[in-house]
Amino acid sequence: MTVLDAIEKSGFKVLNLSDDAEEREISGVYCCDLLSVVMSKCFENAAWVTIMANVNSVAVATLTEMSCIILADGAAIDEIMITKAKQQGITVVQSDKPIFETALKINQLVNANA
Amino acid sequence: MSSMKLHYDVDNTDFTRAGEASSDTKKKLKLMGVSPEVVRKVAISMYEGEINMVIHANGGTIDVTISSDNIVLVLKDEGPGIANIDKAMEAGYSTANENIRSLGFGAGMGLPNMKKYSDEMNVKSEIGVGTTVTITIYNELT
Repeated sequence: MTVLDAIEKSGFKVLNLSDDAEEREISGVYCCDLLSVVMSKCFENAAWVTIMANVNSVAVATLTEMSCIILADGAAIDEIMITKAKQQGITVVQSDKPIFETALKINQLVNANA
Repeated sequence: MSSMKLHYDVDNTDFTRAGEASSDTKKKLKLMGVSPEVVRKVAISMYEGEINMVIHANGGTIDVTISSDNIVLVLKDEGPGIANIDKAMEAGYSTANENIRSLGFGAGMGLPNMKKYSDEMNVKSEIGVGTTVTITIYNELT
């Protein structure tokens, strides 16, 4: 399933949409907030569910080539993060549900279309 | 392939620009056709190094040398130095403050991650003078 498809079906709030969201596939869902762990464990094209809403999250997403960042629990985002996400072409969306529910929802969508 | 050298100044004390050097190196390596696994190893170890410089040393410099055999990163700072390198290499040991932890770092995994993703790593540190970390990652040309 593509990032754009998944986001539209999830109803999550879009904070930044990358140019490639229409073609980019989500390969799976990954959850973690500790950035060093994320960097070493997250896989390419993952949809990353986290509450870590800051500029470092975008850097980590870029380095590990994730498909998108999903901020759970309504994690508040700052302007710097959005600016960085736009620069780096990273899709960022926000869910008001906790991490587990958020990840479950996106996982169901991805698997339903597999 | 002749060798290529890159130089970066990591001079910021906040996080806004951390990751720019590793991101730039990553792009260049990809363009040069370096294998994705090698690119990943370089990107992770370099980003952890950048973050360490910002957290502990008020910035520093990174020199990257790319050749057909390997990629060498020299991360140099003039920070406070590491009192006990063996301790610093232990996963989970951290001297970062609460503010750093709230940003998702400071879990004591920076140096261990750098070691994990490098093929050779050397840490030289002197209290009050600074720290130099040299990382070598073998270039597996495809």
